[in-house]
Amino acid sequence: MESNKIEQLLDKYFESETTLQEEAVLQDYFLNSKVAPHLKEYQALFEYFAKSKGDRYTKTIQLNNKKKNWKWMSIAASVVLLFSVYIGYQHNQNQQRAEAEIAFKKSQKAFELLSKNLNKRTTAFGYLGTYQKTTNKIFKKQ
Amino acid sequence: MNQSEFLNLVMPFKDKVFRFSKRLLVSSEEAEDATQELYLKLWKNREKISAYKNVEAFAMTMTKNYCFDRLKSKQASNLSLVHSNYKEKGTSLDKKIELNDSVSIVHQLIANLPKQQRMIIQLRDIEQYEFEEIGKILDIKQTAVRVALSRARKTIKEQLIKQHNYGIK
Repeated sequence: MESNKIEQLLDKYFESETTLQEEAVLQDYFLNSKVAPHLKEYQALFEYFAKSKGDRYTKTIQLNNKKKNWKWMSIAASVVLLFSVYIGYQHNQNQQRAEAEIAFKKSQKAFELLSKNLNKRTTAFGYLGTYQKTTNKIFKKQ
Repeated sequence: MNQSEFLNLVMPFKDKVFRFSKRLLVSSEEAEDATQELYLKLWKNREKISAYKNVEAFAMTMTKNYCFDRLKSKQASNLSLVHSNYKEKGTSLDKKIELNDSVSIVHQLIANLPKQQRMIIQLRDIEQYEFEEIGKILDIKQTAVRVALSRARKTIKEQLIKQHNYGIK
């Protein structure tokens, strides 16, 4: 009797002419009563539907946007990078200038030293000149 | 609309959104991301939401569109490559071989249906929406819903009978 009614409902079910109430009856039959042997193959279907209904979303939903934060983070990171590159460049420039100044001072010193010594030599040449004159005098007289 | 009003309005169907996106995207992780993303979208559009008569149907339509986008995007195609090695419980090859696990066979049968039929089966047989609501969510006529649903159910039925007889023989 019972299975006869279920068969009719199943036929309607496969034509999708059942209402939600009738589908609930079918579900109840396949889950909670002794299923007739010739209807066994449909049991898995309704078991699956019932099981699927129990699938839940268990995580908490966040309403503040995470993605946007990433966007801002990347902008901030690029600004920091740009700034540090600028500072690094500036620093490098300063160092180069300092090095150049040191090199300039060193070479100035070297030139000074050179010119001093050069001056010494010219006085020495002076002596040499007088020496030459006197020797010339002597040789001329001979 | 403040946060608690919003939550009261949209939280009751969060599991439906999750299951619907899982039906389309297959993996639980993808479905979780989709659900999160959808609620973010709803929250951003919270002022507009109150104008809708049926927020739930609207949210389901958004879910559908979002999942379609995901499936189309490159990212999702990369992910599907991953899923060829690893699949959800119930859809893996090992599980398919286990014929006695008939409930997971149903899962596989539904997964093999065309996308439209899969969605309709999900919305009707699992979420128990009226044909009118399904039509609204998927933006198709009620008669089209009925035809597709009947086709899907019959396909599953034939496959189930085949499997059943195979088990006996």
